[in-house]
Amino acid sequence: MIAWLRHHLYSLDRTTIRLMAAPVSTALNVIVIGVALALPLAGYVLLQNLQSLANGFATQAQLTLFLDRSAGPEDVKSLEDRLGKEKGVMHLRFVPRATALADLARSADISEVVGALRENPLPDAIIVTLKTNDTVAAEILAEKARSFAKVGYVQADSTWTRRLDALIGLGRSALGVLGVLLSFALVAVTVNTIRLQILTQHDEIEVSRLIGATDSYIKRPFFYLGTLLGAFGGLFALALVFAGLGFLNRDVSTLAALYGSTFSLVGLGTSDCLAFLGFSAALGWLGAHLSVSIYLLKTN
Amino acid sequence: MEASPIVSVSHVTKRYPGGYEALQGVSLDIDAGSMVFLTGHSGAGKSTLLKLLAGIERASSGTVLVGGLNVSSMRRAAMPYLRRNLGLVFQDHKLLYDRSVYDNVILPLQVTGQSAKDAARRARAALDKVGLLDREKANPISLSGGEQPRRCIARAVGNRPNSILADEPTASLDPETARSVMEIFRCFNQVGVTVLVATHDQAAIDQMRPRVIFLNKGRLA
Repeated sequence: MIAWLRHHLYSLDRTTIRLMAAPVSTALNVIVIGVALALPLAGYVLLQNLQSLANGFATQAQLTLFLDRSAGPEDVKSLEDRLGKEKGVMHLRFVPRATALADLARSADISEVVGALRENPLPDAIIVTLKTNDTVAAEILAEKARSFAKVGYVQADSTWTRRLDALIGLGRSALGVLGVLLSFALVAVTVNTIRLQILTQHDEIEVSRLIGATDSYIKRPFFYLGTLLGAFGGLFALALVFAGLGFLNRDVSTLAALYGSTFSLVGLGTSDCLAFLGFSAALGWLGAHLSVSIYLLKTN
Repeated sequence: MEASPIVSVSHVTKRYPGGYEALQGVSLDIDAGSMVFLTGHSGAGKSTLLKLLAGIERASSGTVLVGGLNVSSMRRAAMPYLRRNLGLVFQDHKLLYDRSVYDNVILPLQVTGQSAKDAARRARAALDKVGLLDREKANPISLSGGEQPRRCIARAVGNRPNSILADEPTASLDPETARSVMEIFRCFNQVGVTVLVATHDQAAIDQMRPRVIFLNKGRLA
């Protein structure tokens, strides 16, 4: 056990010395791996942000019934009774036109414009929340509601968030494919890097075998090399993505402020960063494993 | 009491791709603690026999036992552990020129997982035995022709092997230097290490008077 630990320490030591002895080559390898990893990582982070943005809006099926200007309290009561009897309706909320105008003035910061209006142009509205997220059921109810008396216009509010969800899902799938492809690229880059390193250490490997080195002993420094390159590449990818987010956030914050929001792009949390570093190190290890195993198989 | 054989070769044939037979039905025993010179003309099969003993190559037929272990049927994964008990001295020295003499000698000790302190002590002791302690920091490329095999011997004995297999260790050395290298082998043999040297250096054979095994065209003569 102690000898095994000594081997590991020795291998790590030799690998670190080798990496530091060729700083330019090491940096180039790290950059190539980092850029390959940064692309899917950046996509993932942006999709996460888009998802959290979408989650901020209603995702339950919701209808808004805008009433005719002539609709009175009795009409509202009658409509509420009728809607309440519909299957699948969970909740009804009446929004008087005065409240709607006040909300609009507040949320869009256009109080001066609203104040200049002679009369409130907004209609009364009833917001209907359904029990399920079934868009088809929402559309059927919307169609039915359009035929109700005193109903001017019916809007299925949650449709666009569902479309956004679908787009995010599509983006996630595309990102998954891109991630897999770039992971293959990373493994291929590592295989080639390790193969070149093996060629430069061919004599040492041959001598080591003759003096009693096991395959594990020979493989170990290359495993460390692949793992370290993968981990440093991952670190570089994280740095690129965080720098990119910092750069984008200036414009995103400005845009969000125009909509009265404080939204900004958020990077990965600590556990996600660690998981990503572990993943990139594992890919580096896999590349090294493939490369050195192929070499030993060929030369045995 | 009769010494038991540490090497036992029985009806061994080594056939290379293309049909060339380097060894043909060779059988021999080498006792533990003995000093044996393997001699014969170039191409007689001396190096091939040493390679079979070290597991570098496999016999086409026959049995090769080293320390009671059957090398000809040994699993590849077990081979490193056999080699740790053998000190191999190569004709081409197999030196690593990207590190010092000391780092070359300490390599087998690192392979076997010796502590840094023990490895350093043993490497220096081995260098001292072959008279190269003052050259430990030198690059192998700066060693003289006579120093190269001595450094190779130092690497071979660091792990305190029970046998040393040396392939033409005095090739291309002047008689004086060759004699000093052979004296080193004699010193190790005197403390119980089995020494098997492949050589066609007749002067060395006359000087050492060891048991001599003569190979001729792959057969024992």
